[in-house]
Amino acid sequence: MIIHHPLLGPRDAAEFYVLGDAALIDRPDGQAEDAAERFYGYLYLRDNPAGEHRELWYHEQGDRSWLVVTRDTLTHEIKKVELARDVALQKGRGQ
Amino acid sequence: MHFSGFKIIKEALTGHKGWKPTWRTPDPKTEYDIVIVGGGGHGLATAHYLAKVHGITNVAVLEKGWLGSGNIGRNTTIVRSNYLLPGNEPFYEWSMKLWEGLEQDLNYNAMMSQRGILNLCHSDAQRDAFARRGNAMIMAGADAVLLDETGVRDMCPYLDFDNARFPIRGGLLQPRAGTARHDAVAWGYARGADSRGVDIIQICEVTGFQIEKGVCKGVETSRGRIGAKKVAVCVAGSSSRVMEQAGMRLPIESHVLQAFVSEGLKPVLPGVITFGAGHFYISQSDKGGLVFGGDIDGYNTYAQRGNLPVVEDVCEGGMAIMPMIGRARMLRMWGGVMDMSMDGSPFIDKTPIEGLYFNGGWCYGGFKATPASGWCYAHLLATDQPHPVATEYRLDRFRRGRMIDERGAGAQPNLH
Repeated sequence: MIIHHPLLGPRDAAEFYVLGDAALIDRPDGQAEDAAERFYGYLYLRDNPAGEHRELWYHEQGDRSWLVVTRDTLTHEIKKVELARDVALQKGRGQ
Repeated sequence: MHFSGFKIIKEALTGHKGWKPTWRTPDPKTEYDIVIVGGGGHGLATAHYLAKVHGITNVAVLEKGWLGSGNIGRNTTIVRSNYLLPGNEPFYEWSMKLWEGLEQDLNYNAMMSQRGILNLCHSDAQRDAFARRGNAMIMAGADAVLLDETGVRDMCPYLDFDNARFPIRGGLLQPRAGTARHDAVAWGYARGADSRGVDIIQICEVTGFQIEKGVCKGVETSRGRIGAKKVAVCVAGSSSRVMEQAGMRLPIESHVLQAFVSEGLKPVLPGVITFGAGHFYISQSDKGGLVFGGDIDGYNTYAQRGNLPVVEDVCEGGMAIMPMIGRARMLRMWGGVMDMSMDGSPFIDKTPIEGLYFNGGWCYGGFKATPASGWCYAHLLATDQPHPVATEYRLDRFRRGRMIDERGAGAQPNLH
C-alpha cells in the first residue's frame, strides 16, 4: 500500500506503524461520572467495519507524524490521508 | 458408510462404484433446536459434539459459502498445546487430547501427525521463560522437553546456530504436537455431524437475527427465516460483521495473516520449528512443500490477501534460522481473515441477548483449538454452563479486568 502523506507525498506503508481505529483520538473524560464504562468502550471495543475505516498510522520511519488514513478494509484502497494533528484540532482537542 | 482398509480393497475391486457423498445437501427446515452460524471447523465440530456427546441432533449449520471455505482451509495446519497461562493451557491440552483420538472418533483420516513442535530460544532469559512455560505445560498434563543447544543440534543440524544476531541456545520441544490435514478435519466433522442428523446448509448467509424483547428467536438468511431456540455464532474473521446485526460491538479487530508454501522438497524438517527472536514458523507437508508463516499484516482488513512487506519480513525470519531454505522457490501464498481479540485469547460465551451465543476471537490460533472449541461450545449450548476448561473465555472479561494476555502486549490486537 502507498500512503499519500500530506507533507511528504507518496510513502510505502512499510514505513508506518498502525495503531488502529481513529476513534482512539476521542479519549473519554476521566472525570466523568461514567468514566469507567466509557474507558472500557474506548480501550476494548471496536466497530471493526468491513468497508471504509478511519485509522491512525504513525510515520515511524519518516517524519514521525501521526496520520488519519481513510482506507477501505475490503479493497485496501486509501481514500483520504490527513494529519492527525489537524483532525484533533478540528475536534477541539488540545485546547 | 464406514471407512476401513477392507472397504478400500472392496471398492478397488468393484470399480469404485460404492462411494457415497460424505454429507447430504438438505433444504433448511423452518425451526431447529440449535442453529450454528458458520460452517467452518469450529461450527462443524460444535455440531458433531452436540450430536455425539449431548444427543442434540435437531441442529442446522449455516454456511455463507461452501463448507470449510474460511480459515479451516487457510491455515498452516499446526496442532500444539504449548501455552503458559492457566486460563489457556488446560483448554489447549484438552484440544490436544481430542486431536489424538480424532480420527478414531470420526472414522476419518485427518492425517494427524504428531511430529513435534520445537520453539527455538536465543538468549538465557528466553530459555528461562521456556523452562517456566514447559513447567506450566507439564502441570496442565501436557508434555514438554527443554533442549539445550546440543539437543537442538542433534534434531536439526542445519539451523544457523552461530548467527551473529540471534544465536540458537536451545529450545522447548513438545513431542505430542504436530500437524493435521486441515480440510479433512472440516470434512470429518461434517460427516460426523451429518450422519447423526445435523443439517449442513451451504450457500446460506445469515443476514439478520430475530430478536424480540432481548430474546433471540432465530435468524434471517438468504434462504428465508429459520427459527431456533438457540443461535450459536462462530464465524471467525466475520465476527464483528455478524454480531453487529445483533447490535453488539466486540473486543475484536479483523486482520489478515499470510501463509506460504514452497515447491515440494525431499523430507528435510522433522516437525514444526519456530523462530524465537522474530515471528516465523515452518513445517513440511506430506507432499514435501515447506509450509510457513509469520506475523499478521497489522492493519484492519477483511480482504483475504496481504501486502508484500510482510512477505519480505517472513522470509527474512526464515533465512535467519534456516539459511538452507533460501534456495527453495515459493509456490503459493494466501491470506486469511483473523478475529484478533484485545488480549490474544478467544471467547466461548453467552451474550447479553438470551438464546444468542458467541464463539470467536481465535486470532491466528484457531486451527489447533478446533476440537476443544467445538467440545466446549457444544457443552455451553447444551447445558448453559461453561465447560470447566473454558471458564475464562468470557465476553465481559475486559470489563472485569480478567484478560488472558498470553503475550503481555495489552489491548493492542495487532501485537498479539
